[in-house]
Amino acid sequence: MASSGTTPVLSVEHLTMRFGGLTAVSDLSFEARKGQITALIGPNGAGKTTVFNCITGFYKPTEGRILLSHPGGREFLLEQMDDFRIAQTARVARTFQNIRLFSGMTALENLMVAQHNKLMTASTYTIGGIFGSGHFRRSEKAAIELAKYWLEKVRLIDRADDPAGDLPYGDQRRLEIARAMCTEPQLLCLDEPAAGLNPRESDELNRLLRSIRSENDVSILLIEHDMSVVMGISDHIVVLDYGQKISDGDPASVKSDPAVIRAYLGVEDEEEDEIAAVAVAEALGERK
Amino acid sequence: MTVQDTLPEARTRAYDFAAIAKDLFGTAVVCLLLMVPIVAYKSIITQYSLVLEPRWETVTVLLLIVLAGRLAMHLFVWHRVPARPVASASAPKASLAEMIGPYVFPALVVFALVLPFISGFDRRTIDLSIYILTYIMLAWGLNIVVGLAGLLDLGYVAFYAVGAYAYALLSTVYFPYWFGDGIVPWAFYITLPIAGLLAALWGVILGFPVLRLRGDYLAIVTLAFGEIIRLVLINWFEFTNGPQGITVPKATFFGLPFTAGDDGFAAFFGIEHDRIYFYIFLYYVILALALLTYFVTNRLRRLPIGRAWEALREDEIACRSLGINTTNTKLTAFAIGAMFGGFAGSFFAARQGFVSPESFVFIESAIILAIVVLGGLGSQIGIVIAAIVVMGSFELFRELNFLKAILPEGAEPSQLRMLAVGLGMVLMMRFRPRGFVTRRQPTVFLKERKAVSGDLVKEGHG
Repeated sequence: MASSGTTPVLSVEHLTMRFGGLTAVSDLSFEARKGQITALIGPNGAGKTTVFNCITGFYKPTEGRILLSHPGGREFLLEQMDDFRIAQTARVARTFQNIRLFSGMTALENLMVAQHNKLMTASTYTIGGIFGSGHFRRSEKAAIELAKYWLEKVRLIDRADDPAGDLPYGDQRRLEIARAMCTEPQLLCLDEPAAGLNPRESDELNRLLRSIRSENDVSILLIEHDMSVVMGISDHIVVLDYGQKISDGDPASVKSDPAVIRAYLGVEDEEEDEIAAVAVAEALGERK
Repeated sequence: MTVQDTLPEARTRAYDFAAIAKDLFGTAVVCLLLMVPIVAYKSIITQYSLVLEPRWETVTVLLLIVLAGRLAMHLFVWHRVPARPVASASAPKASLAEMIGPYVFPALVVFALVLPFISGFDRRTIDLSIYILTYIMLAWGLNIVVGLAGLLDLGYVAFYAVGAYAYALLSTVYFPYWFGDGIVPWAFYITLPIAGLLAALWGVILGFPVLRLRGDYLAIVTLAFGEIIRLVLINWFEFTNGPQGITVPKATFFGLPFTAGDDGFAAFFGIEHDRIYFYIFLYYVILALALLTYFVTNRLRRLPIGRAWEALREDEIACRSLGINTTNTKLTAFAIGAMFGGFAGSFFAARQGFVSPESFVFIESAIILAIVVLGGLGSQIGIVIAAIVVMGSFELFRELNFLKAILPEGAEPSQLRMLAVGLGMVLMMRFRPRGFVTRRQPTVFLKERKAVSGDLVKEGHG
């Protein structure tokens, strides 16, 4: 396990998710620790996104418990909460594998929508806002400041007034992260943040994620295929295969875990298919 | 087809005459294929048999008109791509629109304010303006649901009906019963907010069952809802007086009725009685109500709730991932949209002095929706233009009596209006599929407010 001995922010216990006869995730337990970057990796179809959707409430798990702890000691059982409540009160923010920005709204507006609940309260549920109360105007200004902070951080401040759908792909990825951060989360869940990025962009992403972890004190859980990102920034890696955990530990130990090598890592491209075929055969054998 | 040679621009524009000739020939073939069965023979039923009367002159005239039009398009519109005309569907032409954009609305308001005066207090003009303003207000209300929140509502007229019947029943039955007859002249002012609230309540009642529906399913359920309200109004005879409708007191000027009597508006101000005062008064009431709708909607767009509506239209799942309660967001959109429908309905009843289920048929919903779509989803100025075009052309067709000369005997020009509006819609959807005003104005900006091109703005889930 990761060394630093910090408290877990998220603990997933015996999580099982079945779709009809298909078990996408079976009896998975792991922890994401506070102030760390935890990566969830595994071959295609290993159930990573399913785990994510369970954590963020988009799926209701068949079995198991997902516990989120805040620094103040408040605890939330995420499997019992609605998806928007998880974002609103448990403060788990997420991004999507296929970017889901509000493409017809500007970058700044996207970040303002992310601060909806805070602003809604400040506008006394629209009534104060209609009459332009001072409290609402101050809150709106503060919200714009927060949006500016994140736009600067993801280097999109010059494109603040451009529609999100007009931004290049890499910028959209960063804007989606900024939008998630504008909800002021405790845990940030990133679904393949480096997908489709070139090496320079994914390098920049690494720096951004490290700074979110250290400067903004937000724990990160990420799904990733890009090994340079995973190995470069993760403090702790959980490896899934066929919905089951096959390895769990720091990057070095995961890298040398024979189970992981067999299933996933350190395999030449040509061999990969072969190995995968063997893994499939083994897995099928085990199930029989 | 030798005209081209004489045109001065011909050498700079480089026409592809072969292609044009080919295209015109194709057009002629298509025209003839269509016209021979439809136009060429007129069937006349005599006492004993069906006689076909050939009308080749008409066919020739129509064919020449079509070819001339096509040729003109080739020469003056499509000259850049002579081979295959492709009209640019939605290329945003920003410069002019953006330059005059900020002045359009103030100019319209000023024009609306002085309209009764410049029309010389013409009863017909004011009546038509009241009619158009009512539809502008309804379309602005529906725009909240369809244009901003992206929820397709085909039963909007139900809320219009709720507002109208709220006024009718309260002012004729309940207010006199509860507070005595003295309240009746004031009924319009008291009922207006109540009608809005009742309509909003019905908006929520409709909203609940359709929360999980999208697209076609949502449209069907809202359509059914509109019909249910209408059928209840027809069949609940004891309550609504069924198809016979209810005669209601007309609006008063703060308690002063527009009558010739001693306690009337004219007597109070010491002027001669004239019906026109009533219409001028109604005109300013609906103008005020429409402007209220405009400013409240505009304000709401800039508040978190309005941004949430637009975000909902863009991507509902992303909204939920940001902690937005999409249930409440949808319900508020339905409720606030319905509320303005209720206001308009209450005004409608106070203007007509009579309500009946006849006035709240599906075609009303369809017209209001058509105005919203033609105007450009979410665009308030576009809706004004669309309402004037649609409602104005409806009225225009009542006037076109000279058309009787060319129309077959017995055809009324006014019957052509749906045909013309339908044709207009088809052309709009072909050339400006996103409506008159396609660009979206951002609600907040850092340095400059740049309009968002309509291509990026989503249309919602239904």
